[in-house]
Amino acid sequence: MLTRRPDAIRPSEITPESVFHGRRHLLAAAGFAGAGLLLGRGGRAEDIPKDLRRLAGVRKSPLSSTEAANSFEDISHYNNFYEFGLDKSDPADYSAGFRPRPWTVTIDGEAAVKGRFTLEDILKPHPLEERIYRFRCVEAWSMVIPWVGFPLGDLIRRFRPTSQAKYVAFETVLRPAEMPGQRSPVLDWPYVEGLSMAEAMHPLTILAVGVYGVELPNQNGAPLRLVVPWKYGFKGIKSIVRISFTARQPRTTWSTSAPDEYGFLANVNPKVDHPRWSQATERRIGSPLFSPKQPTLPFNGYAAQVASLYTGVDLVRNF
Amino acid sequence: MPTLRQLRLYWKPVVFLAASLPLLRLAAGTVGLAGVRLGANPVETIQDSTGLWALRLLLATLCMTPLRQISGKAWPLQFRRMLGLFAFSYAALHFANYLFLDRALDFAEITGDLTRRPYIIVGATALLSLAALAATSTAGWRRRLGQRWLTLHQLVYPAGLLVCWHFWWQVKKDVTEPLVYCLILLALLAWRAWWARRARRAAALPAAGAA
Repeated sequence: MLTRRPDAIRPSEITPESVFHGRRHLLAAAGFAGAGLLLGRGGRAEDIPKDLRRLAGVRKSPLSSTEAANSFEDISHYNNFYEFGLDKSDPADYSAGFRPRPWTVTIDGEAAVKGRFTLEDILKPHPLEERIYRFRCVEAWSMVIPWVGFPLGDLIRRFRPTSQAKYVAFETVLRPAEMPGQRSPVLDWPYVEGLSMAEAMHPLTILAVGVYGVELPNQNGAPLRLVVPWKYGFKGIKSIVRISFTARQPRTTWSTSAPDEYGFLANVNPKVDHPRWSQATERRIGSPLFSPKQPTLPFNGYAAQVASLYTGVDLVRNF
Repeated sequence: MPTLRQLRLYWKPVVFLAASLPLLRLAAGTVGLAGVRLGANPVETIQDSTGLWALRLLLATLCMTPLRQISGKAWPLQFRRMLGLFAFSYAALHFANYLFLDRALDFAEITGDLTRRPYIIVGATALLSLAALAATSTAGWRRRLGQRWLTLHQLVYPAGLLVCWHFWWQVKKDVTEPLVYCLILLALLAWRAWWARRARRAAALPAAGAA
């Protein structure tokens, strides 16, 4: 007998009960329907463009947050991706000409298996999971994002890094013809990032290929990006073309560009302010206009899972 | 050249309306009118927009005197006070947005900002200067203060420099935009220095002594 599971309810379709009641209450108080921003927006998926391929066989993950996700519109129209420009609307506005396929990823450095692989070969063995994670930008705003991806550790094991491999370095594609931001020297292109091997192998660390059940839009780092939910967003390098295993700590773009403002670790830490602004609180994107910022949590709320990676590390000095 | 009557009836309302447009857009976006959207982070949009328009209108205000000197016409001065008051109004909204929406009146955070964050200290100082100028911008205050009014209103130059500095300091990476505004401000200051020097020289020359 064929039994058919009901279609899964996407988190985007769920309006939290408190929001549901709060909205009506506020609407009544305000006395009009077009209350716009005064209410904020819960997760909404109806804005997903039809040309983004739906990803099949995506499983739920127990590591997901239960918080309400931001709308697809907010996630895809408010983000930093300097390769497409400096404004947070630039990635959505100037990434239409970017071609995320065909795509290859080079694996090199201290590993037994190395070479240049097609994206399909990279992805093939990995079942996809939805990971709903909090995302905290170093600019003191945050979102909740339903990523689709797989653990980076699973990928790393396939390439059998040697005992020399202490770090993993990542590199973004360099395509000034398709990425207008790379034509100006604001950063030292291509963008590079890195993790310690322990951070890279941590089960929370994923490579994402999608969001909201569809493949990543160009502006969010298609076709392959890193997501490390306890670190500031800039660690989540996008449009990855190279993964290298290294013995020494790799250079990273922002810590080279402004070493006094951005470190290698870049763990979310409410106690260590950015030199120019406080990191104690964050503005949750999509919250009502008159809501205060919310407190930022150590390791972005993932302290129970990751704090042990940093025992004995001075997190004030190593920001 | 427009007559005084044309200025009052036609041009002043037009400039008033034009200077109000950024505010009208923010107001429409806040209540969701006319399809205007303020993006994913409206508090930031309001903060950036009011700050930028305060600076632009301040520079427009500072353009009026050189415009009069270059054109020899008096009409630019008719707009100077209005533009200056608009600049102050946007700066005040910028500060109000910071207090009420960005910081939600969390006085511990606000006090921390005002004592520890240099760019906020610089911005607050600029706002205080502009407030002093706005408060004494009426004809009555001008009369009462006499010569001292002119001296007091020289404050607009340091205020302009502070506003540019405030902008420069909070940019994350690319300073092109604040640089452009700084250069405009410096050009306006250079013009004034040159004009004042020329005026002093002219005064020092004997009346019929031109070679």
